[in-house]
Amino acid sequence: MFRNQYDTDVTTWSPAGRLFQVEYAMEAVKQGSAAIGLRSKTHVVLACVNKSNSELSSHQRKIFKVDDHIGVAIAGLTADGRVLSRYMRSECINYGYTYESPLPVGRLVVQLADKAQVCTQRSWKRPYGVGLLVAGLDESGAHLYYNCPSGNYFEYQAFAIGSRSQAAKTYLERKFENFTGSSRDELIKDALFAIRETLQGEKLTSTVCTVAVVGVGEAFNILDQATVQALINEFEISGEEGPTNESVAEEAGGESGGAATEEGGAATEQETAPMDI
Amino acid sequence: MPKEHANWSPYDNNGGTCVAIAGADYCVIAADTRMSTGYSILTRDYSKICKLADKSFMASSGFQADVKALQKVLASRHLIYQHQHNKQMSCPAMAQLLSNTLYYKRFFPYYAFNVLGGLDSEGKGCVFTYDAVGSYERVGYSAQGSGATLITPFLDNQLKSPSPLLLPAKDAVTPLSEAEAIDLVKTCFSSATERDIYTGDSVEIVILNAHGVRSENEQLRKD
Repeated sequence: MFRNQYDTDVTTWSPAGRLFQVEYAMEAVKQGSAAIGLRSKTHVVLACVNKSNSELSSHQRKIFKVDDHIGVAIAGLTADGRVLSRYMRSECINYGYTYESPLPVGRLVVQLADKAQVCTQRSWKRPYGVGLLVAGLDESGAHLYYNCPSGNYFEYQAFAIGSRSQAAKTYLERKFENFTGSSRDELIKDALFAIRETLQGEKLTSTVCTVAVVGVGEAFNILDQATVQALINEFEISGEEGPTNESVAEEAGGESGGAATEEGGAATEQETAPMDI
Repeated sequence: MPKEHANWSPYDNNGGTCVAIAGADYCVIAADTRMSTGYSILTRDYSKICKLADKSFMASSGFQADVKALQKVLASRHLIYQHQHNKQMSCPAMAQLLSNTLYYKRFFPYYAFNVLGGLDSEGKGCVFTYDAVGSYERVGYSAQGSGATLITPFLDNQLKSPSPLLLPAKDAVTPLSEAEAIDLVKTCFSSATERDIYTGDSVEIVILNAHGVRSENEQLRKD
């Protein structure tokens, strides 16, 4: 993507029918640190990489509880993510107040998408620079959605966003067919493997990642560091390898020319507009 | 043209009595389970006690539709607090929130007579008593509702030390043990049931202490 005369305003179309400001907002998501989500029939797991700017500062929170049955992981401008989480929490509380039942995940995701779309059609606004992985449980089962700055949303069996997420996506593509029947612990393990892929050889410890789960009979909660470290130790001691190392090296090229995930993920080739799904 | 709808009121009184007693490390919150309208009984089995937070329970008599609405508003506000602060509200914090919520409707009040009971941040029992528009005070014990006038003088007599009538104002908890306090509450309700037609059927007693919460139910006269 390069600078051109059609990318100043979000309300200016390019001759090719693209809104460059929205595409630039999606670039912001790709620059954020990785977040992944995967779901089985009864559970959804979110995990993200937490890198702090310096040893002196604390980590940025990238996973938010929205309600007992919904949680969200973000990548991109975390400030925008915080604001959207507050909106989502407020929507859940208001729905619960009126209907005395939990807000169905699909409804929340549509409201979020509509909110994002507004920012793509107002000259005095800018698109939200954050991608959201919404994990939730409702009467129709376990769900994982991805909301992007363009106002589009898709449902996924598993997905990864943020920097070096292609490595995680490759791992998930290999394993996703088994996720539906996975147990809660197997799902968490797969999430940690996927996170490990994005670290590209760096050691995986519970200080660099955060894991959260929501499932049947389990309200959305973020696992504490000790639990996560214990799980990491378990599979490292048993010497389990996720994918083979050769394919990991190939993915080091990053996003450009990356393959799409199964189930309608966005193509990231240079020439196709990301919104053309 | 004669006045129409002169006798319509947005309020109704569903009767009932609520009591709470604070101890050194426990709190007892109790309310009868009779719901009435006029001289009729609507149900013998209605709970007037609501859990607002881990350590805060509210018992309210008055117009139960307003009570229900008040409980819902407080529940939503508590959720917001938990999202923002990552912890439950303390009982004194909830007490202030309840007061503000009631005063918010100063010019069309919630017809609710509330008693808030729980444990404060130190684990001591605390009881807060309210009027319909949010004026409140931390006390050692309180009664609200149709049987309050029968129960309060009895509690003043039995629980001298935490009485709000004493000067100088002293520490607001009773020296009674938890079992003694529960027994006292049962006595209050059986006496009030004798003379107040709106109190009876059964009394629901919630006991909050360091170990957690538990609930007891004692049958009362049904006439």
